[in-house]
Amino acid sequence: MSTQSQYKYTKPLPEMDPEDRPYWQSAKEHALKVQRCDDCGAWNFPPRPLCRKCQSAKLIWTKVSGRGHVYSSTTQHHPILPSYTKDDLPYNVSIVELEEGVRVISNVVGCPPDQVKIGMPVEIVYDDVTDQVTLPKYKPRAN
Amino acid sequence: MGNLRGKYAIVGVGETKVGKLPGIGTLTLHVEACKKAIDDAGLKVSEIDGLLTNQPLHDPFRTYSVVVAHSMGIKPDYSLDLGLGGATPVAMAQHAAMAIDAGLATAVVCVHARNQASLHLLPKQGMGVTRAYHGGVRDGCEDFEDPYGVMSGPGHHSFAAARHMHEFGTTSKQLGAVAVATRKHANMNPSATMYSKKLTLEDHQKSRMIIEPLRLPDCSLMSDGGAAFVVTSAERARNLKKKPVYIMGMGNHQPFASVMDAETLTTLGGAVSSKMAYKMAGLGPKDMDFAQIYDCFTITTLITLEDYGFCKKGEGGAFVEGGRIEIGGELPVNTHGGLLSHAHLEGMTHVTEAVKQLRGGDVEPERQVKDAEVGVVSGHGGYASTHASLVLSNRPS
Repeated sequence: MSTQSQYKYTKPLPEMDPEDRPYWQSAKEHALKVQRCDDCGAWNFPPRPLCRKCQSAKLIWTKVSGRGHVYSSTTQHHPILPSYTKDDLPYNVSIVELEEGVRVISNVVGCPPDQVKIGMPVEIVYDDVTDQVTLPKYKPRAN
Repeated sequence: MGNLRGKYAIVGVGETKVGKLPGIGTLTLHVEACKKAIDDAGLKVSEIDGLLTNQPLHDPFRTYSVVVAHSMGIKPDYSLDLGLGGATPVAMAQHAAMAIDAGLATAVVCVHARNQASLHLLPKQGMGVTRAYHGGVRDGCEDFEDPYGVMSGPGHHSFAAARHMHEFGTTSKQLGAVAVATRKHANMNPSATMYSKKLTLEDHQKSRMIIEPLRLPDCSLMSDGGAAFVVTSAERARNLKKKPVYIMGMGNHQPFASVMDAETLTTLGGAVSSKMAYKMAGLGPKDMDFAQIYDCFTITTLITLEDYGFCKKGEGGAFVEGGRIEIGGELPVNTHGGLLSHAHLEGMTHVTEAVKQLRGGDVEPERQVKDAEVGVVSGHGGYASTHASLVLSNRPS
């Protein structure tokens, strides 16, 4: 079953380093977590072995609000891999800044790509692309 | 280590043909570029004791500098494979000078060649785009980018361009002005890939969108080719064949590792790196007769010109308009045609072009910057995250 659905999904999937695995596990559980430093309180993303503010190793995977805004945004018009067909294009790719202050790259979905603007409030949606992998994505939200 | 200002010089440059060169191996291109640069310097291969490479990601090797050295018949005392992406060639000049100053070598060849145009790797099903385009070599954050259908280089620079437009009102036409100026220079350079292809601002505005706001002419070429240069001491340089081009200042700065942890995308490593280079040189932006600015995308040129102090932050859009950055303008930029229109060899030809301009008479007369004495070269790479600067001059003081 799992192999069947993975076979259908041909776009790139995260390869999941040991450092990253808790992020993807939390996405799969639809409760996204990001590393937070237990010593200085700083949120860290992308995942790192040490807090980039204070170098503490006490990084705790902590649930985030899932709310934020678009920090920067682009629309992809060119197929970058054979697994992206004309039906997929154009699509949005954004840097979303979460309320916690961390920035993530994702897709803003649920509206046409040309309606995604810098500053737009967004909230998380979970896209279960395979049995194993859930991609956190974002959709517009009322401010 | 003391101040290296004027103590070391670039004494030889070599460039292979560029464009699409199917059937010519990456190693062959490296060796040809090295041989040309060593010949240009008037040195014997046996006089070279250092060699720096930049791993060709489309054809990765282990211990590549040693492979290239021995393909040349060089047994190096000093050799390394440097990895700062597009900042590598500029950083190579710095590392060569430092190695010679440290007594580890006396003459160092710096080389990069690639087969990006013809050795196109077919991505395996499900393979991430960043790894597919980089020969399986990781960038470090591809797990958080590839699943969203964004490729590192174009994606990161489109984010920077969108922010620049948002923060300062920069327009697509202003990005187009960079593409047009750079193309005009390529149209004067018979060795440029786009030598016979004209580009107007109207063409730019009508061209297809790749990744908003970047259109096709905002993006650099995919190229095959190689280039190299030789660094030695200023003392020795004065007894060699060609007019020495002195390394007057250098800087290097890497402000972040991913666009996701960058404080800003509209000021990059060049702001710090250029200050270091100007300080060492005792010179400033007003002293520069030209600038060879790493131009993987038009937005990179624009942001770097601001970061290098040629105009204020946010005013890059207006600065690049009206022919100011064209040959004959206030600050000729990328006089060979840049990565946008000459060839993309990760900035190696930005260095070789700067050297040729400062020697005088090495380029087509219409492309020669009149009375050029001082120029600046930028290197930029990674996630828009690496930066290196070089101030060069044909006067040692």
